[in-house]
Amino acid sequence: MLEVSGLECVRGERRLFAGVGFRLSGGEMLYLQGRNGCGKTSLLRILCGLSPVTDGEIRWRGELIGKLGEDYRQELCYLGHHNAIKEELTPLENLLASARLADEALVEGAALDALEMLGLAGREDLACRYLSQGQKRRVALARLVNERRALWVLDEPYVALDPAAIELVAGLIGAHLQRGGLTVLTTHQAVNITAGTVRELRLG
Amino acid sequence: MLKLVRAIISRDLRLAMRRRTDIVSALFFFIIVVSLFPLGVGPEPELLRKLAPGVLWVAALLATMLSLPRLFADDQRDGTLEQLALAPQPLGLIVLGKVLAHWLVSGLPLALLAPVLGLQFDLSNDALWVLACSLLIGTPALSGIGAIGAALTLGVRGGGVLLSLLVLPLYIPVLIFGAGAVDATVTGLGAQAHLSLLAALTLGGVFFAPWPTAAALRIALE
Repeated sequence: MLEVSGLECVRGERRLFAGVGFRLSGGEMLYLQGRNGCGKTSLLRILCGLSPVTDGEIRWRGELIGKLGEDYRQELCYLGHHNAIKEELTPLENLLASARLADEALVEGAALDALEMLGLAGREDLACRYLSQGQKRRVALARLVNERRALWVLDEPYVALDPAAIELVAGLIGAHLQRGGLTVLTTHQAVNITAGTVRELRLG
Repeated sequence: MLKLVRAIISRDLRLAMRRRTDIVSALFFFIIVVSLFPLGVGPEPELLRKLAPGVLWVAALLATMLSLPRLFADDQRDGTLEQLALAPQPLGLIVLGKVLAHWLVSGLPLALLAPVLGLQFDLSNDALWVLACSLLIGTPALSGIGAIGAALTLGVRGGGVLLSLLVLPLYIPVLIFGAGAVDATVTGLGAQAHLSLLAALTLGGVFFAPWPTAAALRIALE
């Protein structure tokens, strides 16, 4: 479903990578590896359409993503370095607001369940500013619980998480793969996802 | 589509309510700048009446400028802007929602406060009415045009000053027709023509500005 070929990334004067290609179909995960600064985040941002493609092409269901535009973004869930949560809002408000902005129906009950699952029960009504770094990451990842879009692009999802939470997120990704979803993931931690097929790609 | 605009407005209003100091400081800036003029130029009612429209409108422009740098900067810092850019709707609509929310917390309070401050300048009742109306009609254009500048200077060091240099010249037509409307009332001519032109500027500003703003935001995100 996702085909990438001959992808190149140039940052300033430096060419980060060139000739990157892979194919992913339903139920498959791409585990992107590489040392710091080799262009993992850049690759993910290009995949999402946030950064322009300098050379090469990215096709989703056979069509170029630039042509698909909103139809592609409809099926894309991106979680970047930043948590994309508002410090002034509570975890519950953050979750509901991000669902509404992504045009997803999410009822309050489901959002509360998602937060409870990520160990944030009792913190729903506390402004996120008072949460620890790991808890903020958990709020950001709580989006994934009710996320049914086909392609997940996750940039270092495990940062700041404790082992129990990593296990939980790996379970969420596993369930997503079993539903026939696709995942592109970067992390420096060991990947312990048993469901689906895991492909590896090493940059640099 | 309306649902999305509503969602972004309600989110931004809720954020603004949790961070009231921003709104209040812009309003106090407006109050103080306007109040300094009668103290500075002396108490001649004739002179003050002549000065009032320009002073109130310029102060409103400057007060609007204060909150502009944060229009997109907060969203960019915490990564929300990326998520908004990846939403399955046109980014322009999201910008439209943010512009309307910005107006509700910056332009609208200015328009409501202006008649009270106008009393210091010995303006007649009619002139006070027209002043409030002109600000009510004109300030949405300030938010719309300002959004373009805010997006273009996003992530630039010292962007606040650059933003003023970019945006204030673009505010000139709004200033001319806004202050002109009040001036026309003071001198006994009708304000209707000025207000109509102001409304045209606002419609243009609010509905055309989001698209270049969205393009600038995508460039800032690259």
